[in-house]
Amino acid sequence: MESSLIGFSYLVASVCFILTLQFLSSPKFARRGVLIGVFGMAVAVVGTLLKPEIVVYKWIIPGVLIGSLIGGAMSAWIPMTKMPERIALSHAFGGLAAALVGISEYIRHDPHELSAVTLTALGFETFFGFLTFTGSLMAFGKLQGLISGAPITFPGLNAINIAAFVGSLVGLVVFVGHPEMANVFFGICAVGIVIGVTAVIPIGGADMPVVISLLNSYAGLSSSATGFAIHNNVLIIAGALDGTSGFILSMMMSKAMNRSFANVLFGAFGTGDASPSAGAGDPRKPQYNQGTIEDAVSTLEAAQSVIVVPGYGLAVSQAQHAVRELGQHLEKRGAKVSYAIHPVAGRMPGHMNVLLAEADVPYDQLYDIEDINDDFAQNDVVLVVGANDVVNPAAKTNKGSPIYGMPVFNVENSKTVIVLKRSMNTGFSGLDNELFYLPNTMVVLGDAKKTLQALKNELDTRD
Amino acid sequence: MAQDLVFSLYIFVLAGFLGHHVISKVPHLLHTPLMAGTNAIAGISLVGSLVVAGGDFGNVSTILGFVAVVCASINTVGGFLITDRMLRMFKKKGGGR
Repeated sequence: MESSLIGFSYLVASVCFILTLQFLSSPKFARRGVLIGVFGMAVAVVGTLLKPEIVVYKWIIPGVLIGSLIGGAMSAWIPMTKMPERIALSHAFGGLAAALVGISEYIRHDPHELSAVTLTALGFETFFGFLTFTGSLMAFGKLQGLISGAPITFPGLNAINIAAFVGSLVGLVVFVGHPEMANVFFGICAVGIVIGVTAVIPIGGADMPVVISLLNSYAGLSSSATGFAIHNNVLIIAGALDGTSGFILSMMMSKAMNRSFANVLFGAFGTGDASPSAGAGDPRKPQYNQGTIEDAVSTLEAAQSVIVVPGYGLAVSQAQHAVRELGQHLEKRGAKVSYAIHPVAGRMPGHMNVLLAEADVPYDQLYDIEDINDDFAQNDVVLVVGANDVVNPAAKTNKGSPIYGMPVFNVENSKTVIVLKRSMNTGFSGLDNELFYLPNTMVVLGDAKKTLQALKNELDTRD
Repeated sequence: MAQDLVFSLYIFVLAGFLGHHVISKVPHLLHTPLMAGTNAIAGISLVGSLVVAGGDFGNVSTILGFVAVVCASINTVGGFLITDRMLRMFKKKGGGR
């Protein structure tokens, strides 16, 4: 009776979780989905506490309290620009929790009582759990600037990683055959810990969106493996949902950068030392039109339609509110203002959308690349703020360019392009951008936030 | 035992397909809340940790379980809160949802 009640609570939780994701298909109802998810989680926890195995609460209650306090505080105070770091940390926690449960399952049973299925699941659970743990900490370190964002690599690193991966698979086979060999089990854990580090440090900071998504997928897989090991269906289902979500997002991100998985994981792209040769096809340094605030405002004043293309530079200079203020001002003057958001505009999938939403940009003004790319031809002014690669026409024209084939905005089709840039240095990928040298492009140098504010103030004086 | 495995695999594979179907419908706009939300959901590993921390399986298991409970609670509680905090910010023109 008890056990069927517990099983039923897990069924309720599973249905709630699926509904949570379903409600996320529209910003209108998404918050309702969160409530449903919270309800499902509460039902599952209460159901679990009915289990006869649970005899003491003196560790459970403080554990849940401490975790809730830390989680609650982090969520309340973390700035939206730090969202990728926050997500990376939570992957680390998820991986660690799964791995620790796996170790406990192993040490508290007589190994020969465990079936081959359980042993395999335990191996996967601890391996992926620890890999996610250290890998996510490395990703966190890179995003936070604690570790260099540049790829850290040395000859043979890829070979070592592949060998370690194969080695842990062999170890798993041995372990399932000889479950009493604890050394093999802990060896698999250790390899997971090491691979997490060695597989993430060679990946450049610009590729972190793919890495975070992939670690999301691994965290899900380790949860699922826990479900296989302890025969718990809600864990299998929630882990599978998390795993698929991470996988879909990492595929999307790779596609948006026109890179294959293999290339992201083993390519060590974005070093800044390999690429200058690619941009150096043109020996003479071409001229660009440098504009003043007044020039830019005169252009903006005459515009009927303005498309803003924000890049990570916008977030770096905290210019989200400034860009929204300028946008509202232009709208008051009768212009149509839209925002073109590239999938890799932020440091994780959907990051730029969140940053602009926080600055009160209405979400019906945010457009995906496939929805807005044909509109540039009928558009008056494009305002590029701190973006570089996503507006680089070389991705369409220059077969030798490392970003050739990456989907980019057709900004050069607009009547005028205004580029706000900190300096004429090359972007994250170290590539030069011929857009800046086109006759219909005006470059305004300076800090994005200050420039945007100056533009708005100048516009004010002309009212 | 093999029966059990097949049953679990059924659930895993079908949940994966369902997840793919549902998640493909989530717009780019909400991909960050999606990731935070699935994190919170995967915090369901809390139920596994609770059994380890609350069972009488020896000190080492209890400590492992306790740490796991803390980690999973951070993800569940923090994940749902931050997802909601983000979703609250998405407004339509004119302030509606």
